[in-house]
Amino acid sequence: MNTLVIDIAVLVLAGFVGYTVISKVPNTLHTPLMSGTNAIHGIVVLGGLLLMAESSGFLEKLLLVIAVAFGTINVVGGFLVTDRMLGMFKTKDRPAAKDGESKP
Amino acid sequence: MSALGTVFLQSSNFIDSAYIVAFMLLIYGMTGLTGPRTAVRGNKIAAVGMAIAVVATLLRQHEFSGSGTVWLILLGVVIGTVIGIPAALRVKMTAMPQMVAIFNGVGGGAVALIAWVEYRHGFGGGFPLRVEIFELFGAIVGSVSFWGSNIAFGKLQEILPGRPIKLPGQAGINFLLFAVTVVSAVVLAAGTHSQALFILGILVAAAVLGNMLVLPIGGADMPVVISLLNAFTGLSAAATGLALANPVMIVAGMIVGASGTILTNEMAKAMNRTVPSIVAGGFGGAVAAPAGGGGESGGTVRSTSAQDVAIQLAYARQVVIAPGYGMAVAQAQHAVRELERALEAKGVEVKYAIHPVAGRMPGHMNVLLAEADVPYDLLKEMDDINPEFSRTDVTLVIGANDVTNPAANTDPSSPIYGMPILEVDKSGAVVVLKRSMASGFAGIDNPLFYDPKTSMLFGDAKASVSELTSEVQAL
Repeated sequence: MNTLVIDIAVLVLAGFVGYTVISKVPNTLHTPLMSGTNAIHGIVVLGGLLLMAESSGFLEKLLLVIAVAFGTINVVGGFLVTDRMLGMFKTKDRPAAKDGESKP
Repeated sequence: MSALGTVFLQSSNFIDSAYIVAFMLLIYGMTGLTGPRTAVRGNKIAAVGMAIAVVATLLRQHEFSGSGTVWLILLGVVIGTVIGIPAALRVKMTAMPQMVAIFNGVGGGAVALIAWVEYRHGFGGGFPLRVEIFELFGAIVGSVSFWGSNIAFGKLQEILPGRPIKLPGQAGINFLLFAVTVVSAVVLAAGTHSQALFILGILVAAAVLGNMLVLPIGGADMPVVISLLNAFTGLSAAATGLALANPVMIVAGMIVGASGTILTNEMAKAMNRTVPSIVAGGFGGAVAAPAGGGGESGGTVRSTSAQDVAIQLAYARQVVIAPGYGMAVAQAQHAVRELERALEAKGVEVKYAIHPVAGRMPGHMNVLLAEADVPYDLLKEMDDINPEFSRTDVTLVIGANDVTNPAANTDPSSPIYGMPILEVDKSGAVVVLKRSMASGFAGIDNPLFYDPKTSMLFGDAKASVSELTSEVQAL
């Protein structure tokens, strides 16, 4: 019971942290944000890894192999595609990006 | 490695510490996404955090002593990698909404499968209630997310028709399905003896519910749906983390849940609609009839030629380009960038006006234009660009419709009245690039097209833009 309370506290705090951090993400990066979060919810792969040892019988093992494969697709695919996408975002001229433009 | 070292690596203290490092890196990585300069590094940091979490989990070797377990894990990882890497490297930027949809789906699917396996273990009341409740939550939400995302993928990939598909009394059916799922879950959680069929019942009912939830939602509402499914998948992952008492899963899942929730709300706000009304679906089909009114006001549309537009553009001081889903469909982003360059060579200042729900997912236009090498400082958000339209000589609307519809500001009877729009009608002149006079997704007539200062350039967006570019260069 005690650990449950702690876990829920972690959950709530993570919610606030997530809210604060993600609120600052500009609209420009919303698509990479989504693919990045795709990668992060690939964390469910841990569930598959943890249960694999306890599983018994063909069905359970099959389900878990699929779950691990799904999670891996998320992790590997998500981080890669986000990296690819973010590499495309460039400023006008790389070094002097911010001070390059002033209001007309 | 010495025996002592191995014991240390497998000790739960070490693994727990590794988990904490992992989620610190995940959070720190996400903070990088607050700006395009830091984002690449942030993403890599998050990936390292994820790798640490996976390795730490695998270190619990004593749990993996069973025959074949390691090979089964490896099999899953290899399958996932073989599918994931080429998908990530090959996907076109125009197809990103589909990609994100299907990624949401597999995440939710993984959660549902894990919950299913957990349940097969816990039959006979072997589990504490906390595990049951969170696993059931994960099973339901994960399953809804999996099937809903598949439908969203199908619609975006145009395997399924993009228009809303609706049954009579759908809301009632959905409610019934939801009730069946929840009641089965309660029976299952309260039961003391094995009820193998209930978990299947839950998964199946949640699956049907996932299908039914997304089928009635039309293409232009996709940004909201994808964000919502993203939130669902994250929350279901967090629930699994609670069931397994795994801190990294709790934190990571919850962050994704928060992210999806924020995006869902922002998208809904940008459409001036509530999330429930969007999920209820059917926008477009149902509303079109009263709104259309068949060429309302009998206004005339002024068609123009590429030469005329090129002259208009080349002698302007400031040109704003307002892209929409039509640009993505026509794959016109590179052509648009060429036009921008040609205009800049003539001394014209060019900016892009990006509506939050332009396209099929949050930030869709930004990614397309980034792919075409448009510097991101030229991409202006709605609130930044709207005051500038009065100082803009020509606005070029490329494949956008409803997000530029002035009726949202002026006509209280319009179904989109109150929706924040790009106020392109405030600029000196408007040129709309459009395939034909068909109305936008919402089926709402756009008075912008009948405005005396608007001219229409009909044709495929890519072809039209390329023609404009060569005309501008020839001047």
